Amino acid sequence: MSEHNYTPESKFGKWFNDRLPLLTLSKHLTDYPTPKNLNYWWTFGGILTFCLITQIVTGLILAMHYVAHAGLAFSSVEHIMRNVNYGWLIRYVHANGASMFFLAVYIHIFRSLYYGSYKSPREIIWILGMIIYILMMAAAFMGYVLPWGQMSFWGATVITNLFSAIPLVGESIVTWLWGGYSVDNPTLTRFFSLHYLIPFLILGLVVLHIWALHVPGNNNPIGIDLKKPSKDTVPFHPYIVIKDLFALLLFLIVFAFFVFYSPNILGHADNYIEANPMVTPAHIVPEWYLLPFYAILRSVPDKLLGVIAMFGALFVLIILPWLDTSKTRSAIFRPLYKQFYWFLVIDVLVLGYVGAMPAEGTYLLIARVATAYYFAHFLIILPLLGKKEKALEVPLSITEPILGGSVATSSMKRQKEKI
Amino acid sequence: MNKKFLKFFSLFLFFIFSLSATAAEKTADLLNPGWSFKGFFGKFDRGSLQRGYQVYTEVCAACHSMKHLSYRNLSEPGGPEFSKDQVKIIASQFEVTDGPNDDGEMFVRPARPSDSFVSPYENNKAAAAANGGAYPPDMSVLVKARKGGADYIYSLLLGYDDPPSGVTLDDGVYYNKYMAGNKIKMSNPLEDDLLEYSDGTSATQEQMARDVTTFLAWAAEPHLEQRHKIGFRAIIYLIILSVLVYFSMKKIWSRVESEV
Amino acid sequence: MSEKKHKRREFIFTASYALGAVGIGATVWPLIDQMNPDASVKALASTEVDISNVEKGKSITVLWRGKPVFIKRRTDEEISEARNVKIDELKHPEKDEDRAKNPEWLVMLGVCTHLGCVPLGDKGEYGGWFCPCHGSHYDTSGRIRKGPAPTNMEIPKYEFLNNNTIKIG
Repeated sequence: MSEHNYTPESKFGKWFNDRLPLLTLSKHLTDYPTPKNLNYWWTFGGILTFCLITQIVTGLILAMHYVAHAGLAFSSVEHIMRNVNYGWLIRYVHANGASMFFLAVYIHIFRSLYYGSYKSPREIIWILGMIIYILMMAAAFMGYVLPWGQMSFWGATVITNLFSAIPLVGESIVTWLWGGYSVDNPTLTRFFSLHYLIPFLILGLVVLHIWALHVPGNNNPIGIDLKKPSKDTVPFHPYIVIKDLFALLLFLIVFAFFVFYSPNILGHADNYIEANPMVTPAHIVPEWYLLPFYAILRSVPDKLLGVIAMFGALFVLIILPWLDTSKTRSAIFRPLYKQFYWFLVIDVLVLGYVGAMPAEGTYLLIARVATAYYFAHFLIILPLLGKKEKALEVPLSITEPILGGSVATSSMKRQKEKI
Repeated sequence: MNKKFLKFFSLFLFFIFSLSATAAEKTADLLNPGWSFKGFFGKFDRGSLQRGYQVYTEVCAACHSMKHLSYRNLSEPGGPEFSKDQVKIIASQFEVTDGPNDDGEMFVRPARPSDSFVSPYENNKAAAAANGGAYPPDMSVLVKARKGGADYIYSLLLGYDDPPSGVTLDDGVYYNKYMAGNKIKMSNPLEDDLLEYSDGTSATQEQMARDVTTFLAWAAEPHLEQRHKIGFRAIIYLIILSVLVYFSMKKIWSRVESEV
Repeated sequence: MSEKKHKRREFIFTASYALGAVGIGATVWPLIDQMNPDASVKALASTEVDISNVEKGKSITVLWRGKPVFIKRRTDEEISEARNVKIDELKHPEKDEDRAKNPEWLVMLGVCTHLGCVPLGDKGEYGGWFCPCHGSHYDTSGRIRKGPAPTNMEIPKYEFLNNNTIKIG
């Protein structure tokens, strides 16, 4: 990359940059050649960065006022809501921020699925992203325990009990997780500690995620390899920055609507009842963003197999780059995949819906069919599709609508032509 | 691309909304008297809040605590807005245990505005023992702790009825249309002219239910008015800034020949 | 025409930046203000003290806003000592009459103005207080006489509700 030879103009800049090449980095980031045909689905990376920073800043502040103690946690949250200056605002931003974070991450993931961004040479970006996603779920789950309401308590009980499904050592592991014989003060304090830690792990992984992205560069809606920089690319600043900013502002309008006008709509009323180990709420439902996995868990009638299915649902995502055997990246040029993609979207939405419903009767049946389809999509349809599907012809460049062959040959051809 | 984006985005939002809507369990359709505190500019009705406080102290407070509130809250902006002196008098009618004093003993003194609302029972067990085994829940965040919120509380207060034939009730259990399972251990707390409003409003059952629900809604969300005010400004601000940034973006992208 | 266009572009950018800066400022304020004393802390701003048991020459220490307040019932000698000092000799000139409205009672924040330690009573070269941390000497009116402290010990807002009760704050 040519910008690596960058020399700052000022004498001090040069002196500093020779010792710590921060200016080279910033030059790299501003000049970073980005495909100019990126659509708004590509703005969610920036939105997610914003979400992470918002969660860290508001979380840091809440930790200044929150008390991680089974007897005091609930009251301390009420103290934040009532007495701390703008405490209600900061807590509502943090609580709804988690939902907005997941909303953005799901769009980000499904964008990647549609345009084949997980395919070679971007497998590591994808896997890092999946690890971030799993850590996000862990952070969100532990964060939901902290207010020590009824859903906090029983959510923690149910989820930690998943580990009791492990043969032989399950019970010991659960006792170890709890630090006692039930979810109690030791559980709360360790969850607080870990909830504080995980966002910084995520932050580190995000740096790696972006680093890994900047090696091959962005994928793009037509999924072709680009020469960088070229007529097909624009510098990241100001073109992509301003576009990301505009999308972020639209996103913030939705965010603000939740925070200011429906701050509790995404939560559960039961969590405003202080935790009571003697009474379980009538319906234990996780937060909306975990519902598809919850549905998968409940659709399997065996305890251990249910847990395995749930974690398996994540695992198939991690190995997705090797399950999808098609060389063509973008769904635009894959007529069959495009249809199956939308089936998957509907399938996940259905899983989310039945995850919120009682696990009985028709709901259970639907959940089972949807779970089976979910796994079939990744384990059967995608591998077969890569072999059977006849992809459309892919253009050679963004600006010049010339049709070539598959991605691999087209990029080779193009390189020959341009060089 | 723009259209598709918006379409999908609204689909996703709709999905979330419908989820939260379905998550709210269906019982009898709740009564909705029309609350002044709903909507973009929603504010509490001060008179209703003050009367609601009266209903709370004279009726509910015999059994229900409100431990997360302090007397000073009654004079804070966005609430019942009693004057500071009125709140001093209100607080001084309650006794709190303080101490230890210099002799190491606890003592009783009149409450001050900075004190929390005095609870009727020492603890939940005492409350349960005095109420047939079911402790009356703390009312500080009750409106947020029930599906249906203010509508639910209001409906419950007006939902007492004779049990339909075939339903037998144990001693100390009452029939209520809106309670989950229709059985409630609280007897009907309100009846017409149970108390005399200091502002002369006629104390019908509906009026009292409405007032006390308003009061409880404020107690659960004391910064609601401030939230609505800031929220409206924030959203207007974001819309204006979005428009400006949109045109800035158009300008910048016009440098690239073909726009996407 | 193109110049006009150019100007409009400039305006759009300037307006975006300006409005953006306003928004950032408005967002940052709650994040800062949350560290200020909260509503429950502010509500505890005053405390009432029973002083009926304090004998002449003795003092009591009460906690107000998390800090010790010295309430000293001064002897006649201590009062005259405090009142007969030449004002211009003082490092921080203040009349004892202004510091103790009722000469018998000195109500004062027991916090050394140097770096916040609590001075010891009936110590030091001026018969008042002595701060063990860095050796500041205060007189019987709590005024700084010797040592590194820059000002006299602070007098909080207080009033006598009756002969036996002082309200601080």
